[in-house]
Amino acid sequence: MGKSPMSESSVAHAHQFDDLEQQRQAASLGMWIFLATEVMFFGGMFAGYMIYRWSYGPAFADASNHLDVLLGTINTALLICSSLTMALAVHGAETGNRKAVMICLSLTVVLGLGFLGIKFAEYYSKFTESLIPGRDFHYEGALAPAAEIFFSFYFAMTGMHALHMIIGIGLLGALAVGASRKVVSARYSARVEIVGLYWHFVDIVWIFLFPLLYLTGRHL
Amino acid sequence: MTSPAAVSVKLYLWVFLGLISLTAVTTGISFMDLGENWNALAALTIAFIKAGLVVLYFMHVRFSPPLIGIVAGAGVFWLAILLVLLLSDVLTRG
Repeated sequence: MGKSPMSESSVAHAHQFDDLEQQRQAASLGMWIFLATEVMFFGGMFAGYMIYRWSYGPAFADASNHLDVLLGTINTALLICSSLTMALAVHGAETGNRKAVMICLSLTVVLGLGFLGIKFAEYYSKFTESLIPGRDFHYEGALAPAAEIFFSFYFAMTGMHALHMIIGIGLLGALAVGASRKVVSARYSARVEIVGLYWHFVDIVWIFLFPLLYLTGRHL
Repeated sequence: MTSPAAVSVKLYLWVFLGLISLTAVTTGISFMDLGENWNALAALTIAFIKAGLVVLYFMHVRFSPPLIGIVAGAGVFWLAILLVLLLSDVLTRG
């Protein structure tokens, strides 16, 4: 990448940009275009869920009640907290507060790992209850075939979401290590910002998954 | 870098409080029987409000150039095409 002769910590921007602000906006725009493709990606699964829930509403509601609503709510809260710490990390990067960036990124990683830990415990209990779709799936009553479809959506959607979390945690970890080593340059600050956009997007996916998967049949 | 931050810490905290409160509300409402499809409608409405808060404030769209908002809107618009055309088929089958 082309570096201007000036030191990176002052006002260096890559040569194809007019100024630092334009470079920052271009980085942000690139991430937003990627996120638009992610909306399509997750959207396909949400569309599938929508059709099958329309076709098998009672079975989806019944199967949904086999999920642990307390753990789901705690995980929702954990992700919202992690979005706050992520936003504060971006704020720290914008204001050049290296220590705040490091602390907030580390907190975000810890909250994300907490989410994955709870998710793992939930998956494990579904395993012991024979609710994993496939040969060993076991569900009482006539709703079993459609309930298996619900659990297929549950594992596909939360699994894809968890994979995004794992990637996000990796990126955040690398940024946290970076913050502990050097000053907050414009380039580093832009990285924190676009990883932040990605992290918030993953939070939004969960904001929709939580009511659709965990809260569907609670009133019955 | 000492450029002014896009959003103040105070505003972040208010948005955070809003998101946590809405999570409590959506969980609480889900245990009440609102009848017909009102439970699903309430859950989705709250989810969209929460997503909106995250996009506008945590993701800075409210304070970004219009281009960012257009790209974000384009993703949602294309998803809406997928969902609406799917429903127009499924809901109108004999």
